[in-house]
Amino acid sequence: MTSIKSFMSRQELIGILVIAALLFVVMPLAMDIFRLNLFGKYLTYAFIAVGLVLCWGKCGILSLGQGVFFGLGGYCMAMYLKLEASTPEATAIQSTPGIPDFMDWNQITALPWFWVPFNSLTFTLAAIIIVPAIFAFIIGTAMFKRRVGGVYFAIITQAIAAILTILIIGQQGYTGGVNGITDLRTLKGWDIRTDEAKYILYYVNGALLIGVLLLSQIVLKSKLGRLLVAVRDQEDRVRFSGYDVSNIKIFVFCFAAVLSAIGGAMFTLQVGFMSPSFVGIVPSIEMVIFCAVGGRLSIFGAVYGTLLVNWAKTTFSETFPELWLFGLGALFIAVVLIFPNGLSGLYRSYVAPLVDRIVSVRPRTGRPDAPPPAAGFGAKTTTKPAE
Amino acid sequence: MFADYTWTELGSIFAMQGFAGLILFSVFVLMALGLAIIFGQMGVINMAHGEFMILGAYVTYLCSNFVEAYFPSLFGVYFFFAMALAFVAAGSLGALVEWSLIRHLYKRPLDTLLATWGLSLILQQAYRSIFGAREVGVSLPNWLLGSVPLTDIIEIPINGIFVMVLTFVIAIGVYFILFRSRMGMQTRAVVQNRVMAGAVGINTQKVDRNTFALGCGIAGIAGSAFTMIGSTGPTAGQLYIVDTFLIVVFGGAASLLGTIASSFAISQAQSTMEFFLSGSMAKVLTLLTVVGILMIRPQGLFSLKIRR
Repeated sequence: MTSIKSFMSRQELIGILVIAALLFVVMPLAMDIFRLNLFGKYLTYAFIAVGLVLCWGKCGILSLGQGVFFGLGGYCMAMYLKLEASTPEATAIQSTPGIPDFMDWNQITALPWFWVPFNSLTFTLAAIIIVPAIFAFIIGTAMFKRRVGGVYFAIITQAIAAILTILIIGQQGYTGGVNGITDLRTLKGWDIRTDEAKYILYYVNGALLIGVLLLSQIVLKSKLGRLLVAVRDQEDRVRFSGYDVSNIKIFVFCFAAVLSAIGGAMFTLQVGFMSPSFVGIVPSIEMVIFCAVGGRLSIFGAVYGTLLVNWAKTTFSETFPELWLFGLGALFIAVVLIFPNGLSGLYRSYVAPLVDRIVSVRPRTGRPDAPPPAAGFGAKTTTKPAE
Repeated sequence: MFADYTWTELGSIFAMQGFAGLILFSVFVLMALGLAIIFGQMGVINMAHGEFMILGAYVTYLCSNFVEAYFPSLFGVYFFFAMALAFVAAGSLGALVEWSLIRHLYKRPLDTLLATWGLSLILQQAYRSIFGAREVGVSLPNWLLGSVPLTDIIEIPINGIFVMVLTFVIAIGVYFILFRSRMGMQTRAVVQNRVMAGAVGINTQKVDRNTFALGCGIAGIAGSAFTMIGSTGPTAGQLYIVDTFLIVVFGGAASLLGTIASSFAISQAQSTMEFFLSGSMAKVLTLLTVVGILMIRPQGLFSLKIRR
């Protein structure tokens, strides 16, 4: 227990256990496989939301291009699965057997060079992590080393999301165009479309999410995590204290990118296709709202926020398609104007005191995470310039 | 890629594409001017700017239908009323939005971005519910149809010329409002130093509201002009918003000259390349170049040199 306590308070331990119980016990028992698969899809967005909590909530960098990284991860996975599905036997009716069907439709006769390495699963798994990380590193280095931040960064990441979408749609022969990469069947010969496989993938996804939450928790509780908050509140003071602010920002941006990419890869596996409609401006900004609804300061809140918004989206757009956009628009405005700390903020101010009274026997002294009004952080963290 | 054409053909291609680029440039300038004023003064990113433009377009559409049905004799000049109405409609909506939404968020620019995005979703859905999801077009009066032949192969459409003249007039108008009027003087004072402007007795809140309304009103005029060269749908505004933001950032915030210069560069690059490459690749290359330049020179082409 002592080792756990160093990076996790009692409350946070309970938080993560509740999420684990919800993911592994409650939801599989309460839902049929169709709904469970749907929630599995929502959970892949939770990876992005957790990344955004670190990047935007804690460090103040709003990226409107998280769809880019989600897409990169998803496309890497989809390329591998597509190559496995396009064996010469399965594609014998094409004019060039052995290449993905959309390439054949676009008169491409040989596999493009950047598709070739994706024949190997090891390479693919590595690429899912490394490609987005490198991409984020390049963007981050170019921007943060020159001290570009705030609104400018948001606009440029948004432009990059637009560029990538146009590129994917324009280069149909290499990327599958607007339909994306579809008709994915097996992973190393294992059929991913059966109910059994969907259960297994759901659990793998859940386990990865718990792992990511733990990892983010470790980052947040480390000295680096306190620096992130310090950079958000008083960037100059951190710089004057001798830290390289840009490196901290680059790290957290890359970290969020990698989380999104993992989500993207799991999305492809569970849903069975990947398309540019998860890359562009609109999905990228919707991902921000998942995080904002959950509470931009809480990684647990982000998971609940993602589930809630997506569940609402599915339910409302099934029954009242016209109302959904009004609702989503109002949600954007409300989450900014009325409850900027989202669900977790509401929880902290209304539910947590009750829970505390019931759960904790001791008076809560020395709890390291006081509820965060944005201004309170600066005073807490910047008084410790070096250790 | 040039080898397949003769010199005269190349000349005409550049002339025609250059002219198409000029029309794109006009739309960009009209949209970016409003955005640049708002962003430059208040640091507010108005993601709903495209929807204000579409509001202007729909107002023009309504006007054209109304005039065609009830006052056919005035049809030749309805466009001027429509433009004034579009300005008033978009401007008053802008003032309302500033009062109800934006003024609470001046300290949090990133949150304004999200809130105005929410506003744009609501407006889009409102347009869809009221006017339907299909694109609508306005009927142009006769004197705007047709084209002027310049040489054998180069022809210039009249509505394009009209849009360009309009853009020129609006740009001059904005210049006069900002640099030759009392309101403009106050606006510039607030841009340069908000606290000092407040200290010498300028009502900065009022200036903010006026500026926001002015920017939105110009967007309304842009929408009005937009109907002359294309049809209007509920989501048409979103297509232009990223380009316009890049233009504003590329030009350097708070610099009107920079906004115009960068609109010109981006629209010309895009439309010239469109002829030789596919439309999507032209756009990718243009945007990539702009993003690349912004990474090297984040303050944009022209920047205000003031002490903060």
